[in-house]
Amino acid sequence: MHRRVWKCLVIVVVAALFSASCGTGAAQGRITLTVATFSEFGYDELIPEYEAAHPGIRVVQERTGQGGPYHDQLFTRLGAGSGLGDVVAVEEGHLSDVLAQARLFNDLTEIGPADVKADRWLDWKYQAGRARNGALIGYGTDIGPLAMCYRRDLLDAAGLPSDPESVKSLFATWDSYFAAGDTFHARTGKAWFDSDSQIFNAMQNQLPTGYFDTDDRLVIDTEPAIRHNWDAVTAAGARGQSAGLTAFSTDWDAGFAAGAFATKTCPSWMLGVIKAKAGADNAGKWAVTDAFPGGGGNWGGSYLAVPKQSKHPREAAELAAWLTAPQQQIRAFAKTGNFPSQTAALDSPELLGTVDAYFGGTRTGELFAARARQVGKAQYKGPGDGRIQENVMAPALHAVEQGEPPEQGWQQAVEGARRIAR
Amino acid sequence: MTMSVSMRSRAPYLFILPFFAVFGFVVVYPLIYNGYLALFDWDLLDDSPAFVGFGNYAALLTDERFGRAVVNTLSLVALTTVPQLVIAIGLAALLDTRRIASRWEIGILLPCAMSLVAVAIVFANLFGPRFGLVNDALTAVGLDPVDWQADRFAAHLAIASMVDWRWTGYNALIVLAALRAVPREPHEAALLDGAGPMRRFTSVTLPLLRPTLVFVAVTSTVGGLQIFTEPKLFDMLPGANGGARGQFQTVTLYLYQAAFEDRHLGYAAAIACVLFVVIGLLAWVNYRVTRALAR
Repeated sequence: MHRRVWKCLVIVVVAALFSASCGTGAAQGRITLTVATFSEFGYDELIPEYEAAHPGIRVVQERTGQGGPYHDQLFTRLGAGSGLGDVVAVEEGHLSDVLAQARLFNDLTEIGPADVKADRWLDWKYQAGRARNGALIGYGTDIGPLAMCYRRDLLDAAGLPSDPESVKSLFATWDSYFAAGDTFHARTGKAWFDSDSQIFNAMQNQLPTGYFDTDDRLVIDTEPAIRHNWDAVTAAGARGQSAGLTAFSTDWDAGFAAGAFATKTCPSWMLGVIKAKAGADNAGKWAVTDAFPGGGGNWGGSYLAVPKQSKHPREAAELAAWLTAPQQQIRAFAKTGNFPSQTAALDSPELLGTVDAYFGGTRTGELFAARARQVGKAQYKGPGDGRIQENVMAPALHAVEQGEPPEQGWQQAVEGARRIAR
Repeated sequence: MTMSVSMRSRAPYLFILPFFAVFGFVVVYPLIYNGYLALFDWDLLDDSPAFVGFGNYAALLTDERFGRAVVNTLSLVALTTVPQLVIAIGLAALLDTRRIASRWEIGILLPCAMSLVAVAIVFANLFGPRFGLVNDALTAVGLDPVDWQADRFAAHLAIASMVDWRWTGYNALIVLAALRAVPREPHEAALLDGAGPMRRFTSVTLPLLRPTLVFVAVTSTVGGLQIFTEPKLFDMLPGANGGARGQFQTVTLYLYQAAFEDRHLGYAAAIACVLFVVIGLLAWVNYRVTRALAR
């Protein structure tokens, strides 16, 4: 009988060792690189090609569905000092937190292939991927240049210009935008935009610095422009311009179908979202125009970084450089619609020829390539900038939409920002 | 085959060793480390945390947000425990007297088997402030729509309905099992004394059910103190943790926010310790009360 006891124990131990060893699997001199991404980067077909061209390298994709949990895990593993992939994707909203920990990442100008130069990318995209000490932390993948989307039929009903050319005058500045919103609301009783925070974020991102100055001091309560934007947005919301529908909530989805608001700040990837939410019934009602209040802007897009944890940083950087080359990003664009950040890709006929029937046959590739060149200088974002936007400003603005006095909402925003900045 | 005496006495310990090794690794060690962490001002990515002793606990005492989270949690505990208990007893009595086919017993367990995330998303949709089905129904009968997200009490009600819907059936089955174990004799004696069905239920059945009811009450209280997923997913704002003003932020949600958004690990650890003590106290009260009742 005691043999059986030992047999059981042996099985348990062997099973434990086996499962533990699976993760390391470096087979016969072949090295394994892990690429961690979220949502859809469009790399499924590219990776086997890379492996075929590099017989010594095996590439494993580690994909997480949602960006939120993905980045929580990224920072937890960064703190723990292990568990990260060799190449990790970082979304623009979380980039400030990554740049603040630049010491935990490799400088890609040092370890990356020498032929990868800054001129591969749009300047603002490239500059935003650099840490304060000048180290390049991430190679740009895609971007989300901002245009304006609007409901043609609703603007018609309000007697406002609605064709893509003449509508541009409404979207020239934030003042003209809010003025048009007042006219629209007075004539139709409907909301002009989906929620305060969508507008506020776009305005905030056009400022020279974010919530921090370049010395990483929190400036939310000392920089008058931030407060000015807050006042402008909450006042417009109070005049009935905001539908109070939080982006990506179920009510927001329903709001698209019901036509609850007339305009939407529109990064390139938003076109797909509108199509999905507004549905076939509303085909041709939505339009997009090559204009954005206050100039331009960007919302979304990612970088590929190589953490110091990686055991094969040079190989990882080479892979990241290959994946972010114009030829590859154009193919990812064809597959997923992720708008490329590489200047050569923005000139490719494949991208420029993209036409969107849902938006009245607009040449959307051409339109967003032009928008991408309208984005100003990269804004300096201090540590925690992205979290302040997501976890502090959005809730505080929504609290005002729910009936909190704007002054109290502002206090909530300042306190929350201080808690994150500390 | 023979076995040496020493082997024979050691074998049982070897068999239970894997459990205790895993238990020690994933429960005991984190628990102790958590207590240690609570003594520091520790940022998630910080290399040199500062020792602050009981500073985190002192800060908790004056933290309005923590106070609000405690009130929200207690409100949710009340709104989940009381209706669950009452409805579970009613359901169990119904299933017991009517001799309903056992598929109904299985049926009331179904909500419990559903994915919590799916349930939360569906309920958040139903209780949507602008385009929700519940508000459509309210306006259809001439009532004013309710902002289930903005209004504090309404949000608590909506979240509690989710919890109750999920767990009432499970608790009803536990009560039902106890009900079927109640001896017939006291009932017959009461019948002879001329007591009606209602009187027999309140004066005979309920007192005999007391230990079971205490168990149900305490497990749902402890569950209520740990509510996390329901309010997290009920929230329309992806970046908020229990409402734009924290109107339905529970203690566990505040803990999550402190740890992973504010990145104050030490502070979050202190919240976890306080929660641990509160739950421990309740478990102890449970033990004492149940023992007293069982005598």
